[in-house]
Amino acid sequence: MSDSTALDPTRRNLLVATSAVGLIAGAGAAVPFVWSMWPSERTKAAGAPVEADIADVSPGELKIVEWRGKPVWILRRTPEMLQGVKADDAIVSDPESNVPQQPDYAKNEYRSIKPEVFVAIGICTHLGCSPKEKPASEKAEMGADWNGGFYCPCHGSKFDLAGRVIKGSPAPKNLEVPPYKFLSDTKLVIGDDKKEA
Amino acid sequence: MASRLMALWDWFDARMPSVGEEWRKHAAEYYAPKNFNFWYFFGSLALLVLVIQIVSGIFLTMNYKPDAGLAFGSVEYIMRDVPGGWIIRYIHSTGASAFFIVVYLHMFRGLLYGSYKQPRELVWMFGMLIYLTLMGEAFFGYLLPWGQMSYWGAQVIVNLFGTIPFVGPDLSLWIRGDYVVSDATLNRFFALHVIAMPLVLLGLVTVHLLALHDVGSNNPDGVEIKKHKDPKTGRPLDGIPFHPYYTVKDLVGAVVFLAIFCAVMFFVPAMGGYFLEDNNFIPADPLKTPPHIAPVWYFTPYYSILRAVPPLFNSQFPGVMAMGIAVLIFFALPWLDRCAVKSIRYRGILSKAALAIFVVVFLILGYLGTEPTTVWGQFGFNAFFLDTKDVATWVARLCTLVYFLFFFLMPWYTAKDKTLPVPDRVTS
Amino acid sequence: MSRAVRALLLAVLLAPLAALAAEEGYRLDHAPIDPKDLVSLQAGARTFVNYCLTCHGAQHMRYNRLVDLGLTESEIRNNLILTGDKIGGTMTVALRPADGKAFFGVAPPDLTLIGRSRGADWLYTYLRTFYRDPKAATGWNNAVFPRVAMPHVLWQLQGERSLEVKEGEHGTPEYEWKQIVPGTQSEVQYDTTVRDLVNFLVYVAEPAATERQRIGIVVLFVLGILFIFAYALKKEYWKDVH
Repeated sequence: MSDSTALDPTRRNLLVATSAVGLIAGAGAAVPFVWSMWPSERTKAAGAPVEADIADVSPGELKIVEWRGKPVWILRRTPEMLQGVKADDAIVSDPESNVPQQPDYAKNEYRSIKPEVFVAIGICTHLGCSPKEKPASEKAEMGADWNGGFYCPCHGSKFDLAGRVIKGSPAPKNLEVPPYKFLSDTKLVIGDDKKEA
Repeated sequence: MASRLMALWDWFDARMPSVGEEWRKHAAEYYAPKNFNFWYFFGSLALLVLVIQIVSGIFLTMNYKPDAGLAFGSVEYIMRDVPGGWIIRYIHSTGASAFFIVVYLHMFRGLLYGSYKQPRELVWMFGMLIYLTLMGEAFFGYLLPWGQMSYWGAQVIVNLFGTIPFVGPDLSLWIRGDYVVSDATLNRFFALHVIAMPLVLLGLVTVHLLALHDVGSNNPDGVEIKKHKDPKTGRPLDGIPFHPYYTVKDLVGAVVFLAIFCAVMFFVPAMGGYFLEDNNFIPADPLKTPPHIAPVWYFTPYYSILRAVPPLFNSQFPGVMAMGIAVLIFFALPWLDRCAVKSIRYRGILSKAALAIFVVVFLILGYLGTEPTTVWGQFGFNAFFLDTKDVATWVARLCTLVYFLFFFLMPWYTAKDKTLPVPDRVTS
Repeated sequence: MSRAVRALLLAVLLAPLAALAAEEGYRLDHAPIDPKDLVSLQAGARTFVNYCLTCHGAQHMRYNRLVDLGLTESEIRNNLILTGDKIGGTMTVALRPADGKAFFGVAPPDLTLIGRSRGADWLYTYLRTFYRDPKAATGWNNAVFPRVAMPHVLWQLQGERSLEVKEGEHGTPEYEWKQIVPGTQSEVQYDTTVRDLVNFLVYVAEPAATERQRIGIVVLFVLGILFIFAYALKKEYWKDVH
């Protein structure tokens, strides 16, 4: 055995080479274990896009469907409701939806593809409770200049009829708009916005 | 940066038992004989398989459901829906069989070179306890897929406990937690397989290695290397430090083992029905017994012995006893072996013949255990003593007799054997 | 050595020959399946969905996995999902187990893993050895699975056959098959249909099989390289040991 503590170059090179190949083999062996923790096919199937039929939703009415375990609101907005949204520009924290809580096609004045159909995930962006719908008529409870929207009972956050968070609410962000698309005038798909080839 | 790391190390070292000291004692300055051969790979391989089983087992437990109604489906969920799940399942199923192949070869090394003899009797006993625990671990684990073989294999083995006089039926009821193998049994076997047995195994492996390192390893010549030490350094003349020599050699052994392991895993994971049995792809049905129940291959030698003993005094208990003694008798080896010489290399013809015959008999018993007793047909003739005319049963009975004679006659043939002079220093 | 010992030794050595005479059941044909033949697998999938899925389920097999066979999701949806299930759903059976037990005496078993529990050869032979038996409840019997509760679902393709079993030499049975009524497929065509169906069933039993072998080759290659380096490293260190 050599008496110097330094490794002779052949030995060192072999050690480095073997370690390198060993690390590659080890990383390869780790792959299936790490990969196995991603959502399974069953989970992905359960989280698949959901079709919603809004033929029976009259103007002003709210329909709730479930997607990925969460409530998704589909609100058919009347012209008065849309005017209310415009009027609320001054009292919301993020009027132009700068924070990315919506797909590109919902980064507009009414935060939707079609102004008269509003789609949003009905979960308060504060701590996750589901807000209640409060129409414009409920001025006694919500105040004289209430233009309609949603009120979260847990900590008092308020959102307008485009899901934008109103100033003074504990919630930091606008309601999330999920990916969605129209199959027809009365059928939506929540969770999928790819154009069919 | 390096000095910062050194300072951190010193902080740690001042508060924990010296890691450096343990490293020196068990690796860098653990002097092992320099003549280890092929048979000496299997200890480190057994440790490797233990780690493989624990890691793959943890990830299986993330998706497996220990419920009689969900278990079978959850295994298929792992095979199909969990990304890479099939790899993890096959690692675990191949690993189970690999564990026993490695352990049997590891034990055989002990028989070859007298590694169980004084002063290593305790190493051998801890090893035997590991073997028993491993059999328990495998038995509990095999119920979990909840296939036909899982269910009926467990039913038969638990019923064996029922043959014990007086306490048998209550004991079986207590083990099962129900009148037949059921969801209650599955849940408790899951707990035993995932936590209890692995903890016991880890503890036993630790003391097994501690006992070994205390007395030092044996070697193919059976020569005690501690008898000849260098006067200046106090190190055995025929010893080399485990690290780096055996770490680097065992790495080669591990790579070869993994290549064979992966070849099986990726190309023949079911191994013709021996590693993953055909019948286990059918969900357990308490109302329908498969035509042919057999334990997994690594239990079959003992199963053969159990079947070979006919019912005596209206009880199958003698057969159960024979099976139990067949396993437990290995504990007595250090005291049955009266040869002054450790290694087969320097023993006489009697010991060599006995060991060779034992191996043949063990393999025949193992094969017969995988098949129904009718596998070799019937005798053509009639005789008063033939309670059964199955040829295979009579061969199993002969082999069982020879199996026990290997142990019972050992004090005589090992003492009588004409041995060769044992060298002072290791050869090869 | 004594006569008794010699007799016993002879018995032990010659006993395996006894196994040859003790042949159990109908001899199985080898199933000529090619797991890489996507066309065959697609044909098998179609046969399975059209004939088997009414009574048997394949409850662990997801429809969207069938893209493995070279199909697109819309092709699967349009041709293979007859029940209105979603593409991410599993191939569940329409028939309820209780009804199956009432109609047939035993609930038709789930077929997801039949390719592994019975094996390709058994399935290939089974599906081709149904014969007319007026004594059977369904009017059909099977040479590989005597008194099976399943009728010959593919009878329109194979036609109706009869089986006569005669005692041949050495006590082994001799099987004489006769075509009573022709089916819409010739014998060769029917064998191909069954071959494709069995191919599909073997695929369903283990969809990851081809991927498994593919990855295996890469793994063995990497281990081979690692072996070369590890061995060289060992040799280098052990130069010092004499």
